[in-house]
Amino acid sequence: MNEKYGRITREGLWDNNVVFAQMLALCPLLAVTSTATNGLGMGLASTAVLLLSNIIVSSVRHLISPEVRIPVYIVLIATLVTLVDMSLNAWAHELYKVLGLFIALIVVNCAILGRAESFASKNSVPDAALDGLMMGLGFTLALVALGGVREILGSGTLFANAHLLLGPAFAFLETTIVPDYKGFLLMILPPGGFMALGFLLAAKRVFDRRRAERAEAVAAVAVQEA
Amino acid sequence: MKLDELRSKLGYQASLLGSVALLTSAALAFASLATGPDIKAAEEADLKQSLTQVLPGSYDNELLKDTVTLPSAEGEVLAYRARRAGHVEAVVYRVTGYGYSGAIVCVMGVSREGKLLGVRVIKHAETPGLGDKIEPAKADWIHSFAGKWLGEPPIDKWAVKKDGGVFDQFAGATITPRAVVKAVKGGLQFFEANKAVLLDEAGGEK
Repeated sequence: MNEKYGRITREGLWDNNVVFAQMLALCPLLAVTSTATNGLGMGLASTAVLLLSNIIVSSVRHLISPEVRIPVYIVLIATLVTLVDMSLNAWAHELYKVLGLFIALIVVNCAILGRAESFASKNSVPDAALDGLMMGLGFTLALVALGGVREILGSGTLFANAHLLLGPAFAFLETTIVPDYKGFLLMILPPGGFMALGFLLAAKRVFDRRRAERAEAVAAVAVQEA
Repeated sequence: MKLDELRSKLGYQASLLGSVALLTSAALAFASLATGPDIKAAEEADLKQSLTQVLPGSYDNELLKDTVTLPSAEGEVLAYRARRAGHVEAVVYRVTGYGYSGAIVCVMGVSREGKLLGVRVIKHAETPGLGDKIEPAKADWIHSFAGKWLGEPPIDKWAVKKDGGVFDQFAGATITPRAVVKAVKGGLQFFEANKAVLLDEAGGEK
């Protein structure tokens, strides 16, 4: 049992990461990651929606006819996103002003429909909830990594304006990596996003291959299982 | 199992879709009712905050309720009046310029003498690092409007330096400041043209 949860966790965070392995959700990823803080905000909002949508889809999976499942999932996800959007606007307005633009983008995040279709509709509620949470955190990890790289190279800071997102208590996160940095505009603009993403993907591949070579026997078993 | 048979029936699928749509609409309607007043209050607070940025000093009326709508070349303009003892001391309204990538929405405050109290950009999509120096967080440029009016600088000097005017442009970005200067100049001309109505003096002194 524990092994299964361990596998779901590892799949979501690393092995089957939404961005680094499945290459999904690149549109919101590239659009928002000009800073690490934006990435974190988008990641947390997506995680909340992914968790809720996985739980709901999994709990009604026996009622849904396979023929109409896609429209049902889309209506559910769109409703969840709208609910998150409205409640943030009403009760966390400062946060909404930072994230408002991105929240609507969650609807078009194919990773959410993808998890509903490929995991939640076939597994029990606790499994689906864990999968949603881990896939969401994996997505957050990718967003923060890409946002961090672009922010450091583009403006020389890290987690700028984090206090707007997380509250004044997190102002300590805001660091200036390179003082008096003139800025490297390309990294803030969309082409820089593509380049940074390419290098991150390559780095993950290299890292995974090194690890596989080091523990070849273990990796072989894991590949068979998958 | 009975449910399995049922699930493949057309009627079941139609009613499933129908009930999902009904349930989600109900959830949305309920959420909209629950959040509506809070969203409205938060948006009003936002608006008030952006208006008071260009309105130094204190006023004794309810800014958001004392409005007047006037036609202009760019459609209708909603102006907010700030009063002291019933007298309109300043008006605030929005003007829109068209920069390098779409609309730049500014809010400007004008005193009853026609002098600019302040200008702030509230919405834009200009290039980060180049055009976004119109934001007060990035540069002081936007503060250079305070105290200016259509006689100072003279009306033909209301342009960026590259066009023979007095306002600075930014290195690598001329279109953005040019658009803002043009929008603010248009806003001041709008004030002169509609002064009587804006200052609530159309029917003579109260």
